[in-house]
Amino acid sequence: MSIFSDIAIVWSKYGTQILSGIGNTVLISIAGTLIGLLIGLFNGVIRTVPTPKNPVSRAFLTVVNWIINAYVEVFRGTPMMVQAMIIYWGYAYMNGGSTLPLIPSGIAIVSINTGAYITEIVRGGIISIDRGQFEGAMSIGMSHFKTMIHIIIPQVMRNILPSVSNEFVVNIKDTSVLNVIGVTELYFYAASAAKNSYKLFASYLIACAIYFCLTFTVTRVLRLIEKKIEGKANYTVFGSQSDSVSEIHINEEETANV
Amino acid sequence: MSENIIEIKHLKKDFGNNTVLKDINFSISKGETISVIGSSGSGKSTMLRCVNLLETPTGGEILFHGQNIQTELDISKYRAKVGMVFQSFNLFDNLNALGNCMIGQTSVLGRDKKTAEKKAMEYLEKVGMTPYINAKPRQLSGGQKQRVAIARTLAMDPEVILFDEPTSALDPEMVGEVLSVMKRLSESGMTMIVVTHEMAFARDVSDRVIFMSDGLICEQGTPEEVFGSPKREETKSFLSRFLNQ
Ligand SMILES: Nc1ncnc2c1ncn2[C@@H]1O[C@H](COP(=O)(O)OP(=O)(O)OP(=O)(O)O)[C@@H](O)[C@H]1O
Ligand SMILES: [Mg+2]
Repeated sequence: MSIFSDIAIVWSKYGTQILSGIGNTVLISIAGTLIGLLIGLFNGVIRTVPTPKNPVSRAFLTVVNWIINAYVEVFRGTPMMVQAMIIYWGYAYMNGGSTLPLIPSGIAIVSINTGAYITEIVRGGIISIDRGQFEGAMSIGMSHFKTMIHIIIPQVMRNILPSVSNEFVVNIKDTSVLNVIGVTELYFYAASAAKNSYKLFASYLIACAIYFCLTFTVTRVLRLIEKKIEGKANYTVFGSQSDSVSEIHINEEETANV
Repeated sequence: MSENIIEIKHLKKDFGNNTVLKDINFSISKGETISVIGSSGSGKSTMLRCVNLLETPTGGEILFHGQNIQTELDISKYRAKVGMVFQSFNLFDNLNALGNCMIGQTSVLGRDKKTAEKKAMEYLEKVGMTPYINAKPRQLSGGQKQRVAIARTLAMDPEVILFDEPTSALDPEMVGEVLSVMKRLSESGMTMIVVTHEMAFARDVSDRVIFMSDGLICEQGTPEEVFGSPKREETKSFLSRFLNQ
């Protein structure tokens, strides 16, 4: 029997079920990446707070920074599959066997994991912004948090977008480990199709193709978004005809055409 | 003289075991323009940065209308009243010229967008940057960036503006446009402390010149006194080095 007929058989019987796993895979990876990004931004902002003079707040900040460091180290240093097991069964252990709902658990695990990676990415992004802009903001009286929100984070977001996109793609693939706690995502259904049809190669080949389609599409879409965010290379001269009334841009392509 | 806005008393600053400012004393009154000159490494920038608390003084005190800026004043409110213009402009790269001049007003002074925009436009016009309000910093020349930076500071309605070598990073042909803005500001009665290597500006525009050397104020007086008949040897040799360049 050829692999093609195997694929056809698995697809005709389990295709819809496998496809139905896409929803959860995408949901968990999108939600996990976004929440992870928020965690990362929050941690990055806290980690770059200038050392306060007040000894009490300084001690407090030290403790908070220590917790963030521990969080980053632990979650980057252990496999997500194991984390999933520990969080899921640990909760059950401590709550007399009652378990957390699966999808929220999956989202939580991916978020916490992604947050650990993005914390580091954000910190790098903040450090890469030149000192001068922080001083410019300070010199007009802006606090650390105002500076972060209005000046630094918008620039960091732009700079880290490629890394965050990368995390998102990694998450699409890595949600597959959540099948160990029984989250019904793409891999879960592919595995069950494999088990029931005894056509393991064909089933996983189908899963592989779907994963690739997902990540490939997502990569392209994100690249488009990155381009959009890059922004215009030109500006309109205020008060000139080009200002809102008629748009004449100072633009390389146009001058080339003239 | 009229009331002192800022009074610096026995200001001292160490970086580790490197004493950069030893004992700085001077005050500036309303409407005055002071030029601070001196050789590289004499501590001019450090002194200015201490006044804005970008550096924490190691000793002495700085009074703003008689109040200690470190213990008696809210740092944000104080900084909003004391503007600073940097050698490297330090504009916000994510905002256009207009945004740069509005963000401090809206986020620190709590002005509404409309008021902030009006004010920003007013000062951008003053520095001749009206045509470029939509441009991001990376689309502007050095001289244009510095004029936006001055407008950003002015838009906060500061009582004093500190300039740290505002023209040192500029190509020679752009120095003039920035200096002329500063000259007009000085003439309009703004209180200014200007660290500069532009001796012509120090001589022609300022009311008082301070010559710093080795962490101390070595000599000070009117431009005529300092440039015309310097008393100290350090001042003479500094000036002769400059004039012979
Ligand atoms: N953050 C810092 N840490 C350690 N040393 C510093 C720091 N900032 C300045 N210094 C030292 O303080 C001294 C005075 O520096 P400062 O920048 O105030 O000089 P300046 O008079 O402004 O010189 P220039 O005309 O070159 O700008 C220098 O020796 C410098 O190395
Ligand atoms: Mg300097």
